[in-house]
Amino acid sequence: MTASLSAPEIVKQIQAHYPGAVSVVSDSALLVDGKSLAEVMTYLKNTPGLDFNYMTAITAIDYFQHFEVVYNLVSMEHNHSLTVKTRAYGRDNPRLPSVVSLWRSADYQEREIYDLMGITFDGHPNMKRIVLWPEFKGHPQRKDFLK
Amino acid sequence: MTLRTEPFVINMGPVHPSTHGVFRMRVTLDGEVVVNLEPVFGYLHRGIEKLAEERTYTGFVPLTDRLDYVSSMSNNFGYCLAVEKLAGIEVPERAEYIRVIMTELQRIAAHLVSIGSFFNDCGAYFTPFLYMFRERERVIDLFEMTCGQRLLYNYMRPGGVSQDLPDEFMPALNKLIPQLKKYFEEYENLLQNNEILAARARGVGILPKELAINIGASGPTLRGSGIRWDIRRADPYSIYNRFEFDIPVGEQGDCYDRYRVRMEEMKQSLRIVEQAAKQVPAGPVRSKVPHLIRPPVGEAYSHIEAPTGDLGFYLVSDGGIAPYRCHIRAPSLMNLTALRDMIVGWKVQDAILTFGSFAITMGEVDR
Amino acid sequence: MNPWLNWVIFTIVILVFFLGSVIMFIYMERRVLGKMQARIGPNRVGPFGLLQAIADAVKVLMKEMVTPANADKVVYWLAPIVVFAPVLMVFAVVPFANGALLADLNIGILYVVAVGSISSIGVFMAGWSSSNKYATISAMRMVAAVVSYEIPLVLVIASVVVVSGSMSLNDIVLAQQNYPMLLLQPLAFLLMFIAGCAEINRSPFDLMEADSEIIAGFHTEYTGMKFAMFYLAEYGEAVAMSTIIATLFLGGWQGPFLPPWLWLVLKVFFVFFLMVWTRTTLPRVRIDQLMSLAWKFLFPLALINLVITGAEVLAYPLGIPWYFIFVNIAIGAVLVLLFSRLYKVGGGRVAVG
Repeated sequence: MTASLSAPEIVKQIQAHYPGAVSVVSDSALLVDGKSLAEVMTYLKNTPGLDFNYMTAITAIDYFQHFEVVYNLVSMEHNHSLTVKTRAYGRDNPRLPSVVSLWRSADYQEREIYDLMGITFDGHPNMKRIVLWPEFKGHPQRKDFLK
Repeated sequence: MTLRTEPFVINMGPVHPSTHGVFRMRVTLDGEVVVNLEPVFGYLHRGIEKLAEERTYTGFVPLTDRLDYVSSMSNNFGYCLAVEKLAGIEVPERAEYIRVIMTELQRIAAHLVSIGSFFNDCGAYFTPFLYMFRERERVIDLFEMTCGQRLLYNYMRPGGVSQDLPDEFMPALNKLIPQLKKYFEEYENLLQNNEILAARARGVGILPKELAINIGASGPTLRGSGIRWDIRRADPYSIYNRFEFDIPVGEQGDCYDRYRVRMEEMKQSLRIVEQAAKQVPAGPVRSKVPHLIRPPVGEAYSHIEAPTGDLGFYLVSDGGIAPYRCHIRAPSLMNLTALRDMIVGWKVQDAILTFGSFAITMGEVDR
Repeated sequence: MNPWLNWVIFTIVILVFFLGSVIMFIYMERRVLGKMQARIGPNRVGPFGLLQAIADAVKVLMKEMVTPANADKVVYWLAPIVVFAPVLMVFAVVPFANGALLADLNIGILYVVAVGSISSIGVFMAGWSSSNKYATISAMRMVAAVVSYEIPLVLVIASVVVVSGSMSLNDIVLAQQNYPMLLLQPLAFLLMFIAGCAEINRSPFDLMEADSEIIAGFHTEYTGMKFAMFYLAEYGEAVAMSTIIATLFLGGWQGPFLPPWLWLVLKVFFVFFLMVWTRTTLPRVRIDQLMSLAWKFLFPLALINLVITGAEVLAYPLGIPWYFIFVNIAIGAVLVLLFSRLYKVGGGRVAVG
């Protein structure tokens, strides 16, 4: 069984390195500040004992006030998982750092989120629309699309 | 003296015999050698994730059929698990067994299609393909018997399955199991020691271990690279921890390994079906679930081992009758991440073969 | 016989034989493929689906002819003819019975080889002129394959010529009075069959029409009757190659009880059946493997075979004794086993800048 790591403990661990970067949202999920996402993710991937070497999914959710981006991380070595959330603010040009340099599985998923939700990931090597054609206006997965 | 040559760009797809649907590879060729490759997606994008927000939780089940349309049962299963996790719905024992039997049969059927079309990409003129389809037909007959459909089953529901197995199902299944074993042997005789296949597929399109993990590959693609990672074992869902089965892995992650893993996996799936068929208890097949499921506010991520890989559903509920957000983690899409790295430097024919060895379904890639 | 009468009669005979065989080949290929692939195959048009090929021909005749806008029109129109005509010309030297042939050329087999390679020019014309990238790749592959496989093919034919002591196909058949050449030259038959399959683009060497990679190859852009010409030429080449193999190795029209022409037809169909069989069973090879098979496997074996045959003929100028059948089978088996051990498929990943 993939053990779901306790978020409060991880948060405590990360707080020691990056104070103020993370907070707890639930037992298994932690919230990372958008600005320090890259550092926290690097920490989660490379710290012995955590070793989140496998990123399964990235999801973006439109909450009107902000976009929530959810990363599902798994460590194959220890068989444990963690949900990391972060938020992007603003509807015109929400931005977040990309994690492609850590996990290439983020490549197409970030492009998809850019395409459908309109969140730009800084540092992505190929930030283009993936499923829609380049001339398409708007981001259809947003809740206010065509309203 | 050297001749001045220049590479030329060729669009393989979206309409091409071996792109498994409407995929496009913009390939730059230097003679026969691929020097660059850019995958282009989106020809089958139907916005299923967006459509989910307009459907009730139960009403979305038929749309999951349309994801990986050669393994609809698995998609149903993955989605229903996510809804059950979100809403805290219990599933009756009999339904669990039926689900496992159905998904494992589906895995056999899907792998048969994958292997068959892999050999077509390899240039075997339809013989393995038609042999595989002959047996797939038998499995599909069982599905038709159960839910009246042959491709898009729409069989599972949150809280169980839509209807009980008909009386003639179990005898038919028990008859099919030994026959399938015989047929698998027949495939091995036809394909295993084929020199041309070995020359074509061994060492071609290698996906190294580290890269496979890094790109989030899953399913036979990941296991072909030698990583023993199967959601059924690593994160058991439903009742998979009650069955005995092995996880076949490849050695170096080439096309041949991926094909072998699929072949072995079919045998393991048959083992699971065999065990499950013996243990199916009597009882209801669907728990009391209201017509309009209103899960509490919250979110749930649930994943299963679909034939293509780690199929995940991320559901967010706002307490209403429809998901606030439904994200589908499509294994086929992730498996394609390293396509360029694996193909560049090989010949056109290897490109087709490597692409075919992932056995992707465009319905799932584009959603 | 009056040469003009001879000419008229055999032109008709060849046309009937050719068209009849092509139609039967198409039918046979589809039915045998069907049976081998656990399905039925065409069985609706006429008895047992025998008229399917004719129905297809009628359909193709009525189709619109599309010429691509960027095509080189003249070459595009000429290509099907250049492919088709030489195939028909091959049959001029094939004997249907003792002395029954259009032209008993004393260099008959040389003529076959020479005329047979003209089709590849037509294929290249088709691939180049239709301004389609798939067609261009296919044409390149075609030229590469034909140039490579011509060499083992000719060497193998040379060893047959050495044994029979003549280049005339009629004399070669007559030389097989006691036993067919297949027994005396088993290795040559094997090489000839492989090289022949490659020469006429039969699976597993059908890289020019590799439908899973380059769509339909050189005739991707051809429709209607022009496509039918290619289709006809493809099967015509199969008929020609089967006929040559049957004539060189299986004793042509020779055989007891049945009339000679029927023997020839039966043998031709047997050879073609072998080709269909390989087609259903084997996957396709890669282009570099195709090349290495020709140059590293077939070519040296054909050369060795020619040398051995020459030595045998030198030792027994009045005819090779019958027990050399076993000697040659043993030599062939040893050589094939040895070479399949030594044979290394080259190729692999190319470093790209």
